Amino acid sequence: MTSYNQQLPPASGAAGVAAVATKDTIAPRARRRYSADLSALGEPALWGFGGALALGIIMIALFLMVVLYNGATTFWPKPIDQVELTDGSVIAGVERRGTIFRPDLPRLTEDQRAEVEANDGFAYRTLYQTANFDLYGDDFQWVADFETANITQPEDFYYFERQTWGVFVGRIASMTIDGQEMAYDPAVLRREQRAARERFTEIRNLERREIGGLNFQIERERLNQRRAVLRMGEDGAAPVVAESQARIAELQAEFQELQARVNEIRSTDRRYTVTLEEVGGRQIAPEISQIVRYYPANAIGFFDKLGIYVSRWWEFVSAEPREANTQGGVLPAIFGTVAMTLLMVVFVAPFGVITALYLREYAKQGRITSIVRISVNNLAGVPSIVYGVFGLGFFAYTMGGTIDQLFYPENLPNPTFGKGGILWASLTLALLTVPVVIVATEEALAAVPRSMREGSLACGASKWQTIRYVVLPKALPGIMTGMILAMARGAGEVAPLMLVGVVKLAPALPIDTFYPFIHLDRSFMHLGFHIFDVGFQSRNSEAGKPMVFVTTLLLLALIVTMNATAIIIRNRLKRKYATGQF
Amino acid sequence: MSETLEFEPTAYHVKKSSEGPALEIKDFNLWYGDTQALFNNNLEIQKGQVTALIGPSGCGKSTLLRCLNRMNDLVDGLRIEGQITVDGFDIYARGVDVIALRKRMGMVFQKPNPFAMSIYDNITYPLRVDGVTKKSILDDTVEHALSKAALWKEAKDRLNESALGLSGGQQQRLCIARAIASDPEVLLMDEPCSALDPIATARIEELIEELKGSYSIVMVTHSMAQAARVSDNTAFMYLGRLIEYGDTDTIFTNPQKTRTNDYVTGRFG
Ligand SMILES: Nc1ncnc2c1ncn2[C@@H]1O[C@H](COP(=O)(O)OP(=O)(O)OP(=O)(O)O)[C@@H](O)[C@H]1O
Ligand SMILES: [Mg+2]
Repeated sequence: MTSYNQQLPPASGAAGVAAVATKDTIAPRARRRYSADLSALGEPALWGFGGALALGIIMIALFLMVVLYNGATTFWPKPIDQVELTDGSVIAGVERRGTIFRPDLPRLTEDQRAEVEANDGFAYRTLYQTANFDLYGDDFQWVADFETANITQPEDFYYFERQTWGVFVGRIASMTIDGQEMAYDPAVLRREQRAARERFTEIRNLERREIGGLNFQIERERLNQRRAVLRMGEDGAAPVVAESQARIAELQAEFQELQARVNEIRSTDRRYTVTLEEVGGRQIAPEISQIVRYYPANAIGFFDKLGIYVSRWWEFVSAEPREANTQGGVLPAIFGTVAMTLLMVVFVAPFGVITALYLREYAKQGRITSIVRISVNNLAGVPSIVYGVFGLGFFAYTMGGTIDQLFYPENLPNPTFGKGGILWASLTLALLTVPVVIVATEEALAAVPRSMREGSLACGASKWQTIRYVVLPKALPGIMTGMILAMARGAGEVAPLMLVGVVKLAPALPIDTFYPFIHLDRSFMHLGFHIFDVGFQSRNSEAGKPMVFVTTLLLLALIVTMNATAIIIRNRLKRKYATGQF
Repeated sequence: MSETLEFEPTAYHVKKSSEGPALEIKDFNLWYGDTQALFNNNLEIQKGQVTALIGPSGCGKSTLLRCLNRMNDLVDGLRIEGQITVDGFDIYARGVDVIALRKRMGMVFQKPNPFAMSIYDNITYPLRVDGVTKKSILDDTVEHALSKAALWKEAKDRLNESALGLSGGQQQRLCIARAIASDPEVLLMDEPCSALDPIATARIEELIEELKGSYSIVMVTHSMAQAARVSDNTAFMYLGRLIEYGDTDTIFTNPQKTRTNDYVTGRFG
């Protein structure tokens, strides 16, 4: 150091002795410190890390924005265009999207060909949702720019969402109220539509709850008879069968009564119709009760649109699907997703935690525990569809089949538990996510300071007491983190579910008002599968496309909500024992 | 510990208690894996007295202390030879109820280790694992133990707050309160004052003064002054050997071994 300083040329000028001295002794040190090469300071690495983080965040943000934008705008009412084509025909529809395409030149007229050729053979086309599937055989139509002569937005066009057959776009010609044909009156139609929808809901409730319940009870009586016969033989079971038969007769009488009531409402419905006319003049006359929602798309203001927007969202989260899932709501899917995920947590939590406890606290650490650990870690990397196959083969067919033979022989050869169902699905997912829980729990247990365990043991606590009162509470936040990760993974998983119980349309929820209230053998709907089904499996994939975004948005929101809840619970636990040490 | 020093036999000049020994350590050797940490230790902890363990860092004080309530059972690869007896029972014999043994010995660790529970739950923990659930007993114990550990004034209004919110010194006093809550016979303290300021240290020393007689106390300390102030007997250890064991005054004023003399006069260690 000293010799280094001495090699420096003496400072020139009369800058003051003190300053010179300082420079001589301090400057070289400072220079050496700050000229350390960049890689030692880690600056380039820092930029690299920061860049990677930024890129990751941007990609996720982009994805979320696409989902959010498409999901949020899907339900906003859009105007109806009346498009006059150059060949003289007229169509009406809602503009959905547009692309550039390469038209088939020989099929075009002279003028059109010239226009396209001037554009290097390309042209722009727009997809219109012309709706009226029952009349046109298709819901959508492409219209190229060069075919378009004129576009207007007539105020008397209406957008009808129907219970079946999808959307109708057209005018209202007339209406029939209580059998009396009359001219269209907006106020009357609105009132009658509301009344008709109430009748519709009444029928649905009667069919679902009451008639469905009766069917369920009749079926159970029938199964009881079979079981009695299987147990006691024809003769022995005779009294039971007779009694049950009487009950069935009773139920059937009730059934007839309800059916009559339904028919009565139906006949009322038939006297209320509305005559609709599509843009080409063809007419249909659906019952008013079939019309879920209607509005004059080109004649409503912002607040009416907002109302429609909100009512569509409400329908989406609170109603059942219709039109092959491309319309209506997804309530059963929301319910199925949440129920399946919670059930999975119920299975995975004790199983994973107990496994990790044994592995970390009780098992002798050695070759075998390391092999077990490595295997558990590898299980996390097995493709989820493999779990699905295992779940189907082991849970559904083997375990479920055995359960059927032991407890539900009267129902055979129809499987009760011997097929996919919510129980097997959540068990399969529990199996899929258990490595996450085991690893997280083990880490949380290992992070409990040794001194705390020793403190407890020194107090005369047994090993189990130490684990129960000292180790587990301290490790709980870490264990919860594992549960949250498992939940997030489980809620978003679809592939294995398709094998073990998810269906496109479940006839009934796994929880209802009939004993034993929770039906773990039932198949269920799931938002993830719903996305797949609506977007890629339906007859009318163009109609389902917007639903993909909305459902994705909902699934994301649901998972975020479930995770946020778990995180809040975890932070509560953490705060309970705030660590304000030293 | 590869030093090939010659070790003479331990020098003894123990001030005997009228009640006899509380703990007897006989020909005690201990290995961590292949490394021997204790060499042929022989000493008797006198009942009702304070015994200080002193010696340079790493000489095996904590190791010896932790053998007394079998805390070392948790260590993998630990091997021992020799005997430690409490009232004539060998605590390392087969079939000994370790939990019962630990209930007779309170222990305070080198670093404070309160549990992630409320202050109240921390102190009642030894009783609760023993099956005591009666609120009045627990309440009395908390007040009694906290007062003895000089923490009652500070903690009485926050008994239901987390113990981890206490300061380091308060935590250590809490651990002392926890160790005496179950009213043990022997109190093992591993540098109980290393995290404390002089005032709290003085309070703990007062506590030790007060407790001796009814408890037998074994205390590891790095402070010669503290050992001289509070202990009746002092054991000086060096590299796993017991060099000198006896009356505290003699150790500090007239040690019989030069190594002891060097250490207590601060010439090494
Ligand atoms: N768990 C263990 N495994 C292996 N060696 C250990 C273990 N604990 C202690 N040792 C070794 O045993 C020797 C004695 O350690 P011990 O903790 O008893 O020293 P000490 O006298 O308490 O020191 P200090 O005053 O620094 O606390 C040291 O050499 C230490 O490295
Ligand atoms: Mg120590």
